[in-house]
Amino acid sequence: METSIIISGFGGQGVLFAGQLLAYAGMSAGKNVTWIPSYGPEMRGGTAHCVVTISDEPIGAPIVSHPDIAIVLNQPSFDKYERLVKTGGLLVVNSSLIDSESTRVDIDAVHVPANAIAEEWGTGKMMNMATLGAMLATRPVLPLDIVEAALVEHLPAGKQHLAEANLQVIRHGYMVIAPVTG
Amino acid sequence: MAKELLKGNIAFAEAAIRAGCEVYFGYPITPQTELLEHMSQRMVELGRVFLQAESEVAAVNMVYGAAAAGARVMTSSSSPGISLMQEGFSYMAASNVPAVVIDIMRGGPGLGNIQPSQSDYNQVTKSAGHGDFHPIVLAPSTVQEAIDLTTLAFDLAEKYRTLVFVIADGTIGQMMEPAELPEMKPVKTEHPAWAVTGAKGRPRNVITSLFLGAEELEKLNIDLQAKLLMIQQDEEVRYDAAHLEGAEVVVVGFGTAARVAQTAVNRMRAQGLPVGLFRPITLWPFPEKEIAQLPQLYPTIKTILVVEMNAGQMVHDVREAIAGQVPVRFTGRMGGIVPVPEEVEEEIRRVLTSLSAVTPRKEASNGRVAL
Repeated sequence: METSIIISGFGGQGVLFAGQLLAYAGMSAGKNVTWIPSYGPEMRGGTAHCVVTISDEPIGAPIVSHPDIAIVLNQPSFDKYERLVKTGGLLVVNSSLIDSESTRVDIDAVHVPANAIAEEWGTGKMMNMATLGAMLATRPVLPLDIVEAALVEHLPAGKQHLAEANLQVIRHGYMVIAPVTG
Repeated sequence: MAKELLKGNIAFAEAAIRAGCEVYFGYPITPQTELLEHMSQRMVELGRVFLQAESEVAAVNMVYGAAAAGARVMTSSSSPGISLMQEGFSYMAASNVPAVVIDIMRGGPGLGNIQPSQSDYNQVTKSAGHGDFHPIVLAPSTVQEAIDLTTLAFDLAEKYRTLVFVIADGTIGQMMEPAELPEMKPVKTEHPAWAVTGAKGRPRNVITSLFLGAEELEKLNIDLQAKLLMIQQDEEVRYDAAHLEGAEVVVVGFGTAARVAQTAVNRMRAQGLPVGLFRPITLWPFPEKEIAQLPQLYPTIKTILVVEMNAGQMVHDVREAIAGQVPVRFTGRMGGIVPVPEEVEEEIRRVLTSLSAVTPRKEASNGRVAL
């Protein structure tokens, strides 16, 4: 079993950290993982993305053309990745910032008001965590508790006081899809 | 030590530190800058030497100086920076001094871009500077291998008093993977007898690359070639292979291209298609003998397909090794584009389809089908 996940959004939306968090959690779960960022000549306010692959087998190509899952945090990312998700895959849409809805019938699409959830349970900056929660509720690639433990472990030292708020946001993102958490 | 999630560039740097690298000189360039950045912090913490030079040309000459003094020394750069360093590499080769160079390749020619590429293959493996020499060239395809081969690079450099390159592309430099770092080796306290360390109490050592007498310079070249031959014969060749048994098409690739090919080959094997993979790890010395023997060891092989992230550079070494036993074909992307497994798969399928139209090689050559 191998799952490739693209997370894409504006620089500053926590795209790279959200991907690293999945990679750390995958590693704790005993899986093979790769994480690779976009590293073009990015500029502030530009779009950034990363690709995370979580697999039971050793991972070959770390870059994919058609991901199993795409988490899109802004409109340009929706426009780019909605059509690229593999048939049978999942599209997680930050509906706080994206008005479009997927017209594809061969994929699952979930719309999460990620900024609204983050503002309610933490701060607006934690919107990346709300989308991760929604993804995990729709496709249990990794158990929620392992992702939560990885979050607490890998938040930078200066942000440890935000751990609880981040956990709240990830759980409420999860509950949008699966109202009762484990 | 337990596995950690490590970025390729950090892994190269930390592996060098743990291998006892005493001195680092460099100049920032994407996509390897995190390597230099990690060195700038850790080397200073450990009381070792880190210096960001004013240019790549300055950095490589500082490396030459430290190597001549017998220090475990390293530099790192990316393609355009490696071009700038070539004069220094050539001087070091003539002087028989050891040093490690990490090249995180990007798209060229020219300033090109900062995306992953393998287009320095010819530049690095064929000489890395003017004159007759080859550095040892190692090509990791995972973050773990980046660590292991960087560790090995320092040992090989000192064993043969030679330059050792570890070349990877931006993908491996930028990606994170779980990997295990080795224990910290102590920095060596004794320097080799040939080093220029101050001649008090002993005859002076001379490290130079200037030999004005033609006979003297020819003698140096003869010795240098003898050393290179010894490296080739010393079983330093490293490679990896998978699914060769029964394979009709063997894909040959290194570094990131080999990872992409591995995904394509695994998928096709799962569908029962006769496809294998051969991955050179040492690009110099090149696994020439091992590739030459493939069609004899695996008589099912009908075609070799080389995959690279360039216009076709290693393919020439593969053709020379195969020497016409079977056709050698090439597919690649340029300009910083990493091929996706689907396009490699498609190319392999094209080769397989074309094969189904021709007579099997083995039967045709030994006459067993001549009924």
